[in-house]
Amino acid sequence: MKKTVFFGALAVAGLSAAAAAAGTLDDVKARGTLNCGVTTGLVGFAAPDANGVWEGFDVGVCRAVAAAVLGDATAVEFIPTTGKTRFTALASGEIDMLARNTTWTFSRDVDLKFEFVGINYYDGQGFLAPKALGVTSAKDLDGATVCVQTGTTTELNLADFFRSNNISYEPVPIETNAEGQQQYLAGACDTYTTDASGLAATRATFENPGDHVLLPEIISKEPLGPLVRHGDNDWGDVVRWTLNALITAEELGVTSANIEELAAAPTNNPEINRLLGTAGELGGMLGLEPNWAMMAIKAGGNYGELFEKNIGENTPIGLARGLNAMWTEGGLIYSPPFR
Amino acid sequence: MSAITDPPQGSFSLSMLINDTRYRSYTFQALAAIVLALCLGFFYLNVSTNLAAAGLNISYDFLGSPAGYDINQRLIEYDSQSTNARAAVVGVLNTLLVAFLACVTATVFGVLAGVLRLSNNWLVSKLMAFYVEIFRNIPVLIWILIIFTIMIAVLPGPRAFRGDEPEASMLFDLVAFTNRGVYTPGPYFTRGLGAEGNGGINWLIVIGVLVASFFATRMVTSKANATQEATGVRPNTLWTNLAIWFLPVIAVLFALGLKWDIPELKGFNFAGGIKVGGPLIALWFALSIYTGAFIAENVRAGIQAVSKGQTEAAGALGLRPGRIMSLVVLPQALRVIIPPLISQYLNITKNSSLAIAVGYADITATLGGITLNQTGRAIECVLLLMLFYLTISLLISTFMNIYNNSVKLKER
Ligand SMILES: N[C@@H](CCC(=O)N[C@@H](CS)C(=O)NCC(=O)O)C(=O)O
Repeated sequence: MKKTVFFGALAVAGLSAAAAAAGTLDDVKARGTLNCGVTTGLVGFAAPDANGVWEGFDVGVCRAVAAAVLGDATAVEFIPTTGKTRFTALASGEIDMLARNTTWTFSRDVDLKFEFVGINYYDGQGFLAPKALGVTSAKDLDGATVCVQTGTTTELNLADFFRSNNISYEPVPIETNAEGQQQYLAGACDTYTTDASGLAATRATFENPGDHVLLPEIISKEPLGPLVRHGDNDWGDVVRWTLNALITAEELGVTSANIEELAAAPTNNPEINRLLGTAGELGGMLGLEPNWAMMAIKAGGNYGELFEKNIGENTPIGLARGLNAMWTEGGLIYSPPFR
Repeated sequence: MSAITDPPQGSFSLSMLINDTRYRSYTFQALAAIVLALCLGFFYLNVSTNLAAAGLNISYDFLGSPAGYDINQRLIEYDSQSTNARAAVVGVLNTLLVAFLACVTATVFGVLAGVLRLSNNWLVSKLMAFYVEIFRNIPVLIWILIIFTIMIAVLPGPRAFRGDEPEASMLFDLVAFTNRGVYTPGPYFTRGLGAEGNGGINWLIVIGVLVASFFATRMVTSKANATQEATGVRPNTLWTNLAIWFLPVIAVLFALGLKWDIPELKGFNFAGGIKVGGPLIALWFALSIYTGAFIAENVRAGIQAVSKGQTEAAGALGLRPGRIMSLVVLPQALRVIIPPLISQYLNITKNSSLAIAVGYADITATLGGITLNQTGRAIECVLLLMLFYLTISLLISTFMNIYNNSVKLKER
């Protein structure tokens, strides 16, 4: 009898370190902060500003989840992860969710036991090269030295692309985007490859962005989205529907400017009412406050606002909506209905 | 002998396990062993329950599936469709390569600095003290990064070698120093055996000839010793030995048609010759100078441990200073130097895993880095890594201990 108690205590001690599958929502509420894994710094997606406050498109998702769960968009602990450390951080429970330009792939979903809750950016892998190199197509890169982040889909796509085009290259493996930028600018590699959005964001921080071109080829599909651990469906639902709330808000014209007014009293659009909690009890079903979605949207605006503010055409990164336009405008961004 | 009495043959009682000094140590060792076994058992249980709870299992099947990524420094045939196991072997060879190179150069640096630190020349000895203190007291990771960053920033890219008026040019038109690595001429055989005349068999032949030369010179030396014993006059063996070392090798290399492949700018990079990549250079050099500083201290301590009386006695016998060093001081100093030298070699091997900081494809970067990440098989990969480093470390210490036994003071 005593022995089982002893081993039970030991087992609990061991398990608590690994933050077992269930109960992330309760953990986050009890802790009062959300641990969100982000990049080590990719301007526009996730990077600390001059005051050390994290901002960016992926950061926006973290803040929206924190606002939905805790009612406070600043109650987030941002944990920088590299391409290599991000999955261990998530699997071990060090972070509650990961929003780090991460591609939804079969093996990550099925074999690594993660759950992608949606897609917040449809991307593809591209190449950045100095204009002076005189390269106009990725197929001209035979024999080139290529900087590539390890632990990413990028390095696998790169191997496949060169192999299927029967050309050779030499990989320079790097850990973080900052390191890649440094080596690329020093000429230690001829070209830098990663998701095209990441390339645009990286180029925007160069002294002379105009001296570098994105090659026309996009060699892969990179659906980027936030993910959580497999097996905690309640928590997965919270993150999934927070993202969906941001998307639905854009579709319904709910913005950070008019949300107070719309949430003050039921409007005559029932879906807006269900979304903002003035009708129905969707929040309760998730285990959240009725105004959870309102808090999430107020945190940084709806999907479109987040996009425009962080990476849109009026920012130095200057990405067009393209595939990431609302489905009503010919894009792929689409949320299931709130009912 | 009669002073030693037989232990009392009393009856055995349980309390003697604690109170009797003859049994007490066994009792505690047994207890410690049981606690250790329980801990290990608990870790095993904990890992397996947690894995099962997360729906994961332990499986090494991933080793047989295609790795999917490319590696920039390959000592054996490898491409992205090779298996993860092969990627691990590529990593193992890269680890062994840099560890071997660094052990050799660290020993050279260390012995030089250690001996020179004892020099009577004030400037030389202070310079060496400076070297030791600077390099030993800054972490090796920092040295790796410093050297790598300087290399990238200072050396020109291959592009600078292009054009009619290039900004950079090759040393003697033979060696190119670029920020991606150093390209040197590489030997190849025009009349060799094996695939396209370049099979590894040619190098085996060359090595075989060198080994034969080694034994031949040993024979010449022992014959010279015998002559000296018999007649008191030592025949001059220098020229014979030089001839034995060089003539056969030159003849074989000529027969195989040795030519040098000179690197030349082709497309984005230099092609041909041998490329020593930037990460390898940074890692190799950093490990050598860092560990060299420790070895220097070992060497200095070892030499100073030999009492001055030995030197003076040898001098009194009429030995010349060089012979005093090689016949009297060093053999005794080695006894002190070698045990810590073993641990420095082990440190180099283990520190080579810092390769990851500069993107050198060692075992930690391939198996423990990319493979681990792409397959998610963290426990399996880390266990394999531990097994590898443990095996290598044990092998190194076994060999060094054998050597140590051969030089240590033989008490008769
Ligand atoms: N989408 C790819 C690549 C992700 C990736 O590494 N992206 C880079 C650039 S787009 C990044 O976020 N780097 C930031 C950092 O180094 O922390 C994946 O999921 O494997």
